[in-house]
Amino acid sequence: MAQASAGAHQGHEHGHDGHHDIESMRTFGFWIFLITDCILFGTLFAVYIVLHGNTNGGPTADELFAMPGIIASTFILLTSSYTSGLAVLSMNKGNVKGLIGWLIVTALLGASFIALEVTEFVHMVHEGATIGTSAFLSSFYTLVGTHGLHVSLGLVWMIAIILQLSRRGITSVTKRKVNVISLYWHFLDVVWIFVFTIVYLMGVM
Amino acid sequence: MAQHSAKGHGAAGDHDVHGGGHTHGSFKSYTIGFLLSIVLTIIPLVVVLNGMLERTGTIIVLLVTAVLQFIVQLLFFMHLNEEEKPRYNLMTLILGLVIVLTIVLASMWIMAYNGVAH
Repeated sequence: MAQASAGAHQGHEHGHDGHHDIESMRTFGFWIFLITDCILFGTLFAVYIVLHGNTNGGPTADELFAMPGIIASTFILLTSSYTSGLAVLSMNKGNVKGLIGWLIVTALLGASFIALEVTEFVHMVHEGATIGTSAFLSSFYTLVGTHGLHVSLGLVWMIAIILQLSRRGITSVTKRKVNVISLYWHFLDVVWIFVFTIVYLMGVM
Repeated sequence: MAQHSAKGHGAAGDHDVHGGGHTHGSFKSYTIGFLLSIVLTIIPLVVVLNGMLERTGTIIVLLVTAVLQFIVQLLFFMHLNEEEKPRYNLMTLILGLVIVLTIVLASMWIMAYNGVAH
C-alpha cells in the first residue's frame, strides 16, 4: 500500500506547476541554514571544551549544576520535539485543529524549558557565578545561552505560525512553514542532546 | 528534506498533499523514536549519577548514547532516510558534520599541546 501511494504521489508531483518545487526548495534552503547553525554551535562547543577547566578559582561545573532541573528540562524539550512531529502528522491528515493543538502543546513545553533555564541562570548568578567570573563560565553562558535564544526565537515564530494557521488554514505555504519550524525544533533538541551530554553530564561525572 | 517519497505512512498517502513535499512519518515511527530517545537519555543519566563506570568508560557511554540519539532524531523525526536521490540533504549534512568535527577535534588536539597557556 505504501508503495502504491508513493507511486501515486510521485505522479501527482510531476503533474504540478512549479509551486510545489518552490516550496520544497525553500525547505531545502532552510535545511542548509540549519547546517550552518550546526557549525555555529560546533565552534561554541569547541570553545567550551577547551575552556571548561579554566575556572579561575571560581565555582566548577560539579559545584554549580543542579541536575534535577536539567533532567526535567531535557525531558521537556525531548517531549516537545515529539509533539512538533505529531503536529506535522495532524497536518498531513488535513486536521487543522490537531495541528494547532499540538503546536500549542509544543510551544508551552518550549516556554517551560526557557522558564527552567532562566531560573537556573538567575540562581547561578546569585551564587556569584556570572559570565565574567571565569573562562569556563563565559563559554558556558555563551553556549547554553545561544541555544536558549534559539528556543526563544522558535517560540515567537511558532506563535506567529499558529496565528497564521488559524486565519488561513492549511495551504501549501503554511504547510511548508510548519514543516520548516518542525525541522528547526528537532534541530534544537539535537543540539540540546549534546549540551546535556558534554556540558552537564560530563560536568558532574 | 527537499524531496521525499511517501513511504512509511498510512492514510496520509492517499491525501492530496502538496507544498514542502513532506508526507512522511507515522504515529508509530514518531512514538518509536520518542521512546528510543527516552531510553538513550536515561542510560547515560543512570551511569553518571550512580558513578557506575570509571572515567573513560563513562565518557564512551555518554558519547555513544548521544550519537545514537542524534541518529534516532535524524531517522525517526527528520526522516532523512526517506529522501530521494539525489540526496542533497544528506550531502549538506555530511559537509556540516565534517566541518563541525574538524573544528571541535582539532581545537581539542591543538589546545591539549598548547605550551603557552599551561
